[in-house]
Amino acid sequence: MSTLVNKFTQEPEPERYEFRESPIHHFALDRRDFFKFFGAGIMVFAVVKNGFATQESGGGRQNHPEELPKEITAWLHIGEDGSVTAFTGKVEIGQNIRTSLAQSVADELRVPFESVRMVMGDTQLTPFDMGTFGSRTTPTMAPQLRRVASAARDLLLQTAAKEWNTAPEKLLAANAKITDPASGRSTTYADVARGKTLAQRIPDEDPVTPASAWTIAGKSLAKVDGRAFVTGRHQYTSDLRPAGLLYGKVLRPPSFGATMASCDVSAAQKLPGAVLVHDGNFVGAAAPSETEADEAIAAIRAEWKETPQPSSSELFSYLKLNVETSDRGELTQSGSIEEGLARSAHRLDSTYTIAYIAHAPLEPRAAVAEWKDGKLTVWTGTQRPFATRDNLAEAFHLAKENVRVIVPDTGSAYGGKHTPDAALEAARLARAAGKPVKIVWTREEEFTWAYFRPAGVIEIKSGVAADGTLTAWEFHNYNSGAAGIGTPYTVPNQHIEFHPVRSPLRQGSYRGLAATANHFARESHMDDLARAAAMDPLDFRLKNISDPRLRDVFQAVAKSFGWPAKKTKPGQGFGMGGGIEKGGYVATCAEISTDDTRGAIRVVRVVTAFDCGAIVNPDGLRNQIIGANIMGLGGALFEAMAFDGGRITNARFSRYRVPRFRDVPDMEIVLLDCKDIPSAGAGETPLVGLAPAIGNAIFDATGVRRTTLPLAPRA
Amino acid sequence: MAPPLELEINGTKYPVHSDPDTRLLTVLRDELGLTGTKYGCGEGQCGACTVLIGGSPRRSCQVLLGEVVQPVTTIEGLEKDGHLHPIQQAFLDLEAFQCAYCTSGMIISSLALLTQKPNPSPTEIVQFMQGNICRCGTYPRIVDAIQQAAKSMEKQPR
Repeated sequence: MSTLVNKFTQEPEPERYEFRESPIHHFALDRRDFFKFFGAGIMVFAVVKNGFATQESGGGRQNHPEELPKEITAWLHIGEDGSVTAFTGKVEIGQNIRTSLAQSVADELRVPFESVRMVMGDTQLTPFDMGTFGSRTTPTMAPQLRRVASAARDLLLQTAAKEWNTAPEKLLAANAKITDPASGRSTTYADVARGKTLAQRIPDEDPVTPASAWTIAGKSLAKVDGRAFVTGRHQYTSDLRPAGLLYGKVLRPPSFGATMASCDVSAAQKLPGAVLVHDGNFVGAAAPSETEADEAIAAIRAEWKETPQPSSSELFSYLKLNVETSDRGELTQSGSIEEGLARSAHRLDSTYTIAYIAHAPLEPRAAVAEWKDGKLTVWTGTQRPFATRDNLAEAFHLAKENVRVIVPDTGSAYGGKHTPDAALEAARLARAAGKPVKIVWTREEEFTWAYFRPAGVIEIKSGVAADGTLTAWEFHNYNSGAAGIGTPYTVPNQHIEFHPVRSPLRQGSYRGLAATANHFARESHMDDLARAAAMDPLDFRLKNISDPRLRDVFQAVAKSFGWPAKKTKPGQGFGMGGGIEKGGYVATCAEISTDDTRGAIRVVRVVTAFDCGAIVNPDGLRNQIIGANIMGLGGALFEAMAFDGGRITNARFSRYRVPRFRDVPDMEIVLLDCKDIPSAGAGETPLVGLAPAIGNAIFDATGVRRTTLPLAPRA
Repeated sequence: MAPPLELEINGTKYPVHSDPDTRLLTVLRDELGLTGTKYGCGEGQCGACTVLIGGSPRRSCQVLLGEVVQPVTTIEGLEKDGHLHPIQQAFLDLEAFQCAYCTSGMIISSLALLTQKPNPSPTEIVQFMQGNICRCGTYPRIVDAIQQAAKSMEKQPR
């Protein structure tokens, strides 16, 4: 077991379920190609700071003046017409970064917002990127693009100063123009860029505009391309129809772990227009229509050997019995739990369980693949275009240069679109068919053959002194993950450990990851401790918090919610929860009501206070926070995968309940805009306080502590 | 080969060659290229594929081509001469979407509601829209957008 002391509380924790890999840098264009492709003008790029720096050869160095470095992370091009294009490997999946990143670029470059176009998630046109996950776009990509835009502005100023025979410091850049206040001269960025082919690397040190001086960022600008979405014109992957398109279907095993004993595709092959592929474990068909592809799959005679699989009814005992003994755990420790417990006046010992849940993005996994002259192009809704390209290159023994992955703005993902499954399936069928093939997973496939948010068991042993000071905190998480596992409260004696388990289901990344489970357990437990110490839950938390930003969000949410709240009717309950995750601070208060006759629980009101540093787009942020809470409501109250005999038994929206209009409580958002603090991502963290706030409110209403996620599976 | 069926969609008559047993959703998307209507579940549970048939909201994944006798309205038919329908405009103004994959179905369902009931209360909106899923959770904004659209349609009936 590796010992990583105090790791959890320092940096945002990288997550084991993010499907990490080492970056493989690649940049196919040289400078000449670049300007040939994108047109003359000015190009500025950012380079990752790492060991490769010594091998850099671009940026106007004398040895290889045409070559660009291979570690570029973002770049920007100003065309001869003044058009600004910024390039990033990040993808738009509904979190609105196409808009927020363009705001940062426009702000820093001093151009109108409308003149900036973002090119995203295209392995041929954009720089390498690990993927769009972990709430990393706003804290990492936005500052990089800002530095690129700042360097571009400097380059424009220098170029104009040279032409005017003056110093760049004497010139002003604003609204896509450069002016010389001394002489009154003025020129546009377009005029400066005209006829140039300037490529420059950003300097190591170049201050960017502080949030207090932002003019375009920090504002609630409307979503880019909004009109295309309300008219149905936007083309998601599943909407693409290249000429000659065939529709693909894949033969799925009857259960998890089933192996193919025999397979006869001869009858299917006789169907007119159908192309059958039987390659190792893969059996699929492509046909001119979806119906014909379905018919081809139905005509395949396959026999399977099934193996015993655990069911959801025995899940939690299974997880405790199947802990991995390999060196993959994570542990943080300080002081002595024994001593801490000995010094405590009250001790608690609780176990919490967390079910598997599905992402259920409304656009299922989809891909369109096309082969031309030995080169493969795949359009697919993925959060990891470059990893998908690499997977495709490996699967089909192609050089990476011969694979292009393009990600159209996608019908959401929530951490669920990391794996390349649909892309591989479409590409395999398209190669056999010699025509483009589209794969769109059915809802049942999506609920079965994707991957799930990890289930888990969490055990907490704790002690608190008579005055309400925490003395001991022992926390074990089995399988669900290490994100958000560290306590933000001050405890001298801690033992916090993550135990990996051989998961019975395929599991992976998910919005909020394990932070949802870990916050649920911790904040439920904190509530019980507050009662043990006979303290108000807010006072108890504040007593044990040292981080001022966490204190601020708890106080802000309490103020807006009206904490402590007085009960005015039977069945009413109030609860709170909160924490720190991925650089963001959240506190949530919930009011619930119970219906004694049916035991149903209704969330009546939710107030969320959130601090993610300097806010880039307040309206977009509100949309994310409300959305995170509504999505979180499902996992908190009723979402859970049911499985038996290797089959998901609720793989449909009619059996797997997700939040709908009627489930939505009154919601209030309190934003703490801290302009002096760098922006953190905001898509995930706002949801982690919700489940414990609801669970604590249920306890307040009923006196019953629910320790399971979901809290009310039959609600 | 059987002679083509004829479908009236958004005021235009289309000859359709798909088998009459084909789901209307598939015909719209794959044969006619009207991809604004989305697949979400295939069992009429999510509302992403909602269209109007003779003015009534129907899940096009649950309707077979051969059953369709009345005119069909899809999301593509709402914008007129470059002007958005007030419901589209309200969704746009209030940014009542995130990934927007559900938006076509939401807008068509809203149109059905406002046609039946020009001034619905929030409770009536919630009741009517219960069959449409937005996994991103933009429900509160959609309720607001429908109310805003109701107001502007009252002022300027189409």
